[in-house]
Amino acid sequence: MAIIEVNRLTRAFGDFIAVKEVTFSVERGEIFGFLGANGAGKTTCIRMLIGLLAPTSGEARVAGFDVYTQPEQIKRNIGYMSQRFSLYEDLTVRENIRFYGGIYGLSNRAIKEKTAELLEELGLTGVRDERIRSLPLGWRQKLAFSVAILHDPEIVFLDEPTGGVDPIIRRQFWDLIYEASAQGVTVFVTTHYMDEAEYCDRVSIMVDGRIEAIGPPGELKRKFGVDTMNEVFLRLARGGAETAAETAAQGGGG
Amino acid sequence: MNAFRGFVLKEFYHILRDRRTLVILFGMPVIQLVLFGFAIRNEVNDVRVLLVDPSGDYVTQAIKSEVLASPYFEGVGHQTREIGIERTFQKGRAKEAIIFEPDFAHRLAHEGVARVQVLTDASDPNTANTILAYTTSILQDYRRRLASGPPGGVRIVPEVRMRYNPELKSVFLFVPGLIALILMLVCALMTSITITREKETGTMEVLLVSPLKPAQIIVGKVIPYLVISLAIVSVILTLARAVFQVPMRGSLTLLMLECLLFIACALSLGILISTRSRTQQTAMMVSLSGLLLPTVILSGFIFPVSSMPVPLQMVSHIVPAKWFLIIVRGLMIKGVSFADIWQETLVLAGMTLFFLAVSVRNFNDRLA
Repeated sequence: MAIIEVNRLTRAFGDFIAVKEVTFSVERGEIFGFLGANGAGKTTCIRMLIGLLAPTSGEARVAGFDVYTQPEQIKRNIGYMSQRFSLYEDLTVRENIRFYGGIYGLSNRAIKEKTAELLEELGLTGVRDERIRSLPLGWRQKLAFSVAILHDPEIVFLDEPTGGVDPIIRRQFWDLIYEASAQGVTVFVTTHYMDEAEYCDRVSIMVDGRIEAIGPPGELKRKFGVDTMNEVFLRLARGGAETAAETAAQGGGG
Repeated sequence: MNAFRGFVLKEFYHILRDRRTLVILFGMPVIQLVLFGFAIRNEVNDVRVLLVDPSGDYVTQAIKSEVLASPYFEGVGHQTREIGIERTFQKGRAKEAIIFEPDFAHRLAHEGVARVQVLTDASDPNTANTILAYTTSILQDYRRRLASGPPGGVRIVPEVRMRYNPELKSVFLFVPGLIALILMLVCALMTSITITREKETGTMEVLLVSPLKPAQIIVGKVIPYLVISLAIVSVILTLARAVFQVPMRGSLTLLMLECLLFIACALSLGILISTRSRTQQTAMMVSLSGLLLPTVILSGFIFPVSSMPVPLQMVSHIVPAKWFLIIVRGLMIKGVSFADIWQETLVLAGMTLFFLAVSVRNFNDRLA
């Protein structure tokens, strides 16, 4: 059963159409990579799904709830982490966890248990009373992710979660994502690191407001007759819609 | 509700950990009060006056002793010839010179007219005006006494009293203005900065994706500043009373309620600014130039509204502090009741509702 269903979703800003009749679905428990160049419409699309932006037309259901009429229910059932990690730098590790647990309505006891658990798991017990400002970027990023799924959401949306961190930390971060996925959380992740695209169960590639390709990375690579997701991406993004369609046709034929 | 409490708690953490801002917030009112109370005065004391009296008769003696007896003047010299006055002014030894014409008493008695020239150093026009007024009133007093002398007839002795502030203490004028200024600063400036900071760091996005409602986010952000503002108002009032003997003639409860109204007005302005600005710096610049400057200049805090050119008077009508000042001065200094200030209160309430409506609409449009 699809946990995210999107049908001909469109968003226009004046004359500019940022997202053009996008249709796709994400299965429960999947790690879904949402790829595209900057300005391709990824962020606009994600903002519509998490209730920050009203669509111009089309339909979308997230965790079974309608984006037009039930944004409150959607908000309760999703987690969100932006590329800026979004922790409060002047609060301590523990206070950040407490705060985010609190605004999702967790009880004090639940927050306490989860905090201990999480600190243990991330190895942050020793710095639990340090302010976020003094922590290295990699730790902040892991903490931000753990905080985003603190309230056990059905889906977690990650908007370029690995921006600005080094490859080793990115790899460790993906371990966390796998772990969450293994526990049944659906992961919807945008990135422009193509090596990360390889880690996803399925990816979609957005070009100029449209989804030009969607499927498991292996299938896409076969379809385009290339070895890496990077090449798939370059063909689509560079060539624009027309060339992409051609390539797809060639790939399909050959 | 637990979520909301946690939110407010977080705001207090932000404020309490930012020691520098906290010191500024509480230190500034105190420093400003002391500055305005002690240093900046409209009243002038011990003006150095040079007396030039070629005549030296009983009339000039009487006038001179009156001038010197008043607390406003301090004699720095006495000469019989009109020389070297320019030098004395340039050296700053005197701010005023009173020059009698020769044969003063004689002319007064026989011709009914005697001239006295008053020179003031108008390089500081405010002081010059004030001391000129003092001098004129002393001279007129004397003339009046002469006129109402022995020959009988109708005696008109005007008794002038300055109501509400007989000593014309300028601190009476400044305390209400200071309350308005500080409230504007804390509520509007700090609120706009704290909200834009969350936009800058990206945490606002996360808050908006959370189940918290926009209204909860806004209210949660402003509650701490409301508490701080009330604390600061209390500090100012206590200091004003204890150190400067500024009276509280009207109802203190009513004053606090009016302060709350003004705080609400300033907070909604702060929210309005934050919905329009992307960065903390923009928010700060807009607050400083768009709110604080008018509060200082156009509200009647320092310069009376009635002496502004008409176009500026019109502008001053949309400055919330102007109405708040009328209310606070009325309550503290004149001891008026609500019946006398309900109109101003209504204007302020109307402004608050308007700004609140616009800012909430903006907040929803821009962020959600």
